[in-house]
Amino acid sequence: MAQPLDYLRETPSQTAGPYVHIGLAPGAAGFDIYREELGWDIAGPNAAGERIRVEGLVIDGTGSPVKDVLLEAWQANAAGIYAHPEHAGEVEQGFRGWGRVITDFDTGEWAFDTIKPGPVTDFNGGVMAPHINLWIVARGINLGLHTRLYFGDEAEANAADPVIRSIEWENRRETLVAHRSERDAGAVYRFDIRLQGEGETVFFDI
Amino acid sequence: MPKPGEFYQRDRMWHPPALTRDYKTSVARSPQYALLSLDNTVSEITGPVFGHNDIDPIDNDLILNYAQSGEMPIGERIIVHGRVLDENARPVPNTLVEIWQANAGGRYRHRKDTYLAPIDPNFGGCGRTLTDADGYYHFRTIKPGAYPWRNWRNDWRPAHVHFSVFGSGFAQRLITQMYFEGDPLIARCPIANTIPGPAALEQLIAPLDHKATVPFDSIAYKFDIVLRGRRSTLFENRPEGN
Repeated sequence: MAQPLDYLRETPSQTAGPYVHIGLAPGAAGFDIYREELGWDIAGPNAAGERIRVEGLVIDGTGSPVKDVLLEAWQANAAGIYAHPEHAGEVEQGFRGWGRVITDFDTGEWAFDTIKPGPVTDFNGGVMAPHINLWIVARGINLGLHTRLYFGDEAEANAADPVIRSIEWENRRETLVAHRSERDAGAVYRFDIRLQGEGETVFFDI
Repeated sequence: MPKPGEFYQRDRMWHPPALTRDYKTSVARSPQYALLSLDNTVSEITGPVFGHNDIDPIDNDLILNYAQSGEMPIGERIIVHGRVLDENARPVPNTLVEIWQANAGGRYRHRKDTYLAPIDPNFGGCGRTLTDADGYYHFRTIKPGAYPWRNWRNDWRPAHVHFSVFGSGFAQRLITQMYFEGDPLIARCPIANTIPGPAALEQLIAPLDHKATVPFDSIAYKFDIVLRGRRSTLFENRPEGN
């Protein structure tokens, strides 16, 4: 017998279930308990950059909107810097870069207000196109799904993005691109996420 | 910025797969294509940071955080405590741990829960805390009851507490469920049994911790959580090594 390795094993995932809102968005579950719920303000009041709204549906394999999803966003600021201890002081005060939203119980629509992130330079000097990292949990999803939202008006940057380029099936790359429209309140990017089947969104093992 | 170590690859044969037919909702909510594996970039290695300004001290006490003045919820008073560690057995300090659960009768305080067991007027069912410098956390709560759900005709969830944990990078983000030692419903549960192997399932079962039990007050259960570890950059192709 060889010596045992002493690594621990990652705690296995379980679905967030139908009542995820109680823990992570209790106001939506129908009661107020915390002084402040976390995740409703991604960018804060001082962030530079264009204010945008991102919205969409999560759609299951039958084509139906999923109405009990919780999504989390993780993004850089307009200069492409993440609010992380290694960059302490390099992002605007109040910019957390993280947000949490739930889908509407009746329609399945979700939306969050934020700023458009800038391109992110990676450790090896490569530049990633502006993107928002998304994490999706819900009843029926055993392990949270990771995907990325890219911006339709950044075609040139997207074409050079190393992650998009790593998707061998070019016709699937489009599933990661949100499309811009203008409303009176400002710019909106539409991003529907298809869990399964026709037009299935690309999900990542990160 | 020097390149930090990547997270160890997630062992997806240890976690539940996406498609688990006996848990019916997974059938239409599981991707059919394979996941695309990415090298870790700054987007995955970083993650949100929380502080004591974000939460209140009472947030980790589910016995008191929704009780009416002078009252308490009904049920078995328990302490749930443990450490958040990474795969290298290093503590994960100052990380946000959030929990939610049903009351002693198996009823959730949620507008979508229509189970006939009553709401407890003194129990909300959610809590949150930050781990300390040693990765330690604790909650005080009521032991949740089992409840029925519409999967097969007569399925009942074992008593469980939902856990959400962050870690230091978005790649560590994890939601799971804690079960209680000795519960006969665990072996019958289609959700618990989405996990492929018995050793992984055992990792979700909290043992009774008699030593941490407070006499004449609360029974304790211990639940350690392990997040993905990061590799050293020792063998990266860089002259400065670590």
